[in-house]
Amino acid sequence: MSEHGALIHARGLTKRFGGLTAVDEIDFDVQPGEAFGFLGPNGAGKSSTMRMIGCVSPISGGTLRVLDMDPAVEGARIRARLGVVPQLDNLDNELTVRENIIIYGRYFGLSRRELRVRAEELLDFVQLSERANDPVEPLSGGMKRRLTIARSLVNNPELLLLDEPTTGLDPQARHVVWDRLFRLKQQGVTLVLTTHYMDEAEQLCDRLVIMDQGKIAEEGSPLELIRRLSTREVVELRFVGDAPEIGPEVFDGKVARVEVLPDRILLYTDDGDALVPVAHERLQPQSVLVRRSTLEDVFLRLTGRTLVD
Amino acid sequence: MTGAFLAYEHWVVSYRRLWRASVVSSILNPILYLTALGIGLGKLVNHGAHPLGVSYVTYVAPGMLVAAGMNIAAFESTWPVMAAIRWTRVYHAMLSAPLRVRDVMVGHQLYFASRVATSTGVYLLALAAFGTLHSPYAVFAWPVAVLVGVAFSAPLAAYAAWAPKDSYMAAIFRFGIVPLFLFSGTFFPVTRLPEGLRQLAYATPLWHGVDLARHLTLGTVTWGMALVHVAYLVAFAAVGLWLAERTYAGKLVR
Repeated sequence: MSEHGALIHARGLTKRFGGLTAVDEIDFDVQPGEAFGFLGPNGAGKSSTMRMIGCVSPISGGTLRVLDMDPAVEGARIRARLGVVPQLDNLDNELTVRENIIIYGRYFGLSRRELRVRAEELLDFVQLSERANDPVEPLSGGMKRRLTIARSLVNNPELLLLDEPTTGLDPQARHVVWDRLFRLKQQGVTLVLTTHYMDEAEQLCDRLVIMDQGKIAEEGSPLELIRRLSTREVVELRFVGDAPEIGPEVFDGKVARVEVLPDRILLYTDDGDALVPVAHERLQPQSVLVRRSTLEDVFLRLTGRTLVD
Repeated sequence: MTGAFLAYEHWVVSYRRLWRASVVSSILNPILYLTALGIGLGKLVNHGAHPLGVSYVTYVAPGMLVAAGMNIAAFESTWPVMAAIRWTRVYHAMLSAPLRVRDVMVGHQLYFASRVATSTGVYLLALAAFGTLHSPYAVFAWPVAVLVGVAFSAPLAAYAAWAPKDSYMAAIFRFGIVPLFLFSGTFFPVTRLPEGLRQLAYATPLWHGVDLARHLTLGTVTWGMALVHVAYLVAFAAVGLWLAERTYAGKLVR
C-alpha cells in the first residue's frame, strides 16, 4: 500500500489526445473495500480515466499509482491483479460460455484444471450455469454482461473496474447486474465504476466524483452530495408547450432554486407538497410531480445540464 | 515470451470451431491446382518438348506451394487482425489481462505461421504424390513456405492494424497479393517479364521463396543462393514484425 493506504492514488491526472484534453488534472483516491464511482455525461473523461487506471492508456500528466505501482512501468503486474469490465463487450462469440472464462483465465497463466473449477463457481455466481455449453452469440445483452463480469473475476481481482456496466441493458437486466455487484462489494472487492445513470451511482457507490468536461466538479457520498447541493424535495411541473420563464420569487421565498428546462420546470424546496396548490394556481401546468432530490439534480445544479440527453 | 504462447493458445482454441472447412480446402486446393496446371495446362506447355527443362507440373509445383503459403498468411493476417482490433476486440481483452502488446502481436503471428505450416505441409505431400519432388532437399521447401508466410503476415498485420477502413483489405489483395501470385515466378520464369517489372519481381518476397523452393525440389540448390534468399525473407519478416508491434501499440494503447 502507499502511504495513503489507497488502491488508486491520482494527483493532477491528465489525459490529452492531440489538442483535446479529455481528463484535466483530477485528484482522487480509492480506498480498499469501497465502491467508488465516476458519474458524468458522455465525453466527461470517465472512460479515459478508467483506461489509464487499467494500464492501457499512458498518462499525459500528473501522477497515478495503482496498487502502489506505476502503470507506465509495471502495467502487466498491475493488470494481473485487476478485473476489467469494458464498456464494449469483447467476448469470444464463437466460443461457449465456459470456454470464454477458461481462455481468459489462461491469459493470467492459470492452469486449465483450476480454471475448470473456477468457471463453474463463476457461472454459478452470475447465474449462467445452465448456459455453460452454449455459444455466446445468442445470449441476451444482460447475460453477456454477466458473463463479462464473471470473466473479469477469474483472477480473484483486488480491484474491479467497470466502465458503464449497465449501459444498454433493460431495467430488469440492470437490477440483476446491480445485485451481483452488490454481492461482490459485500465480499470486500473494491469496485470502481463509471456511469451516466444517477440511479446506478446511488445504488452502488459509497463515494463518487461528478465529472464534467474532464474535471471533477464535486466529490462525496451520494446522500452527502444531495444534502449539500440540493434540497430535500423537488417539484416537477410539466407543460403542454414551452415552460414559462420564471424565477424563485414567484413562490414567495418557499423555493430555494428554479431550473427551467425545455419541457419542464424544477422547483427545489424542502416541502414539495406545500407548493403543489400554489403551482397549480399560478402556472397552470399540465402535470405536477413531487419527488425526492437525486444526483441528477446535483449534476444539474453543478453544470446547468442534464446527465442523459 | 510465455505471454505470446498464451495469446497463441486463444487462436488455436478458436480455430477448433472452424477447422473442418479449412482442412477440406487445404487438401482439395493442391489437388485441384496440380491437376489443372499439371495435367491440363501442362499438356499444352510441354508440347512434346520441355521448354522449361522439366515438365510443367514439376516447374509449377514449388511455386504453387510457396504461393499457397503467401495466400493463407495474407487471408489470416488481414481481416482477422482488423476484427480483433475493431469488432471482436479480442486484442483488447488480452490487454486487460497481463499480456503485453508484443505478446498479442507475436501470439497471433505464431498462429498464422502454424496455419501456413499445416496447410503447406499437406501441399508438400500432394507435390510428392504428383511426382514433382526430385531431390531429398525438397523437404526444406516446407520451412521456406512458412518463412514466406511470415514475410507476408507480419507486414500485412501492420497494414491491417493501421488501415482506416475494411475496404483497404480488399485493396491489398487486388493490388498486392493477386499480382504477386501471378507474376513472381510462380507460373512462368520472371525472365519473361519486361525490363523494370522483372526487377520489381526480384524485390518481392514471393519470388525469393519460389526460386529457392524450386531449386530445392529440383535439387539444384547452392548454399550461396539459399543464404541470399533466406536472408532476404528473414529481413522482410523482421521489418514487418517491428512495424506490426508499432502499429498495434498505436491502436491498442493510447
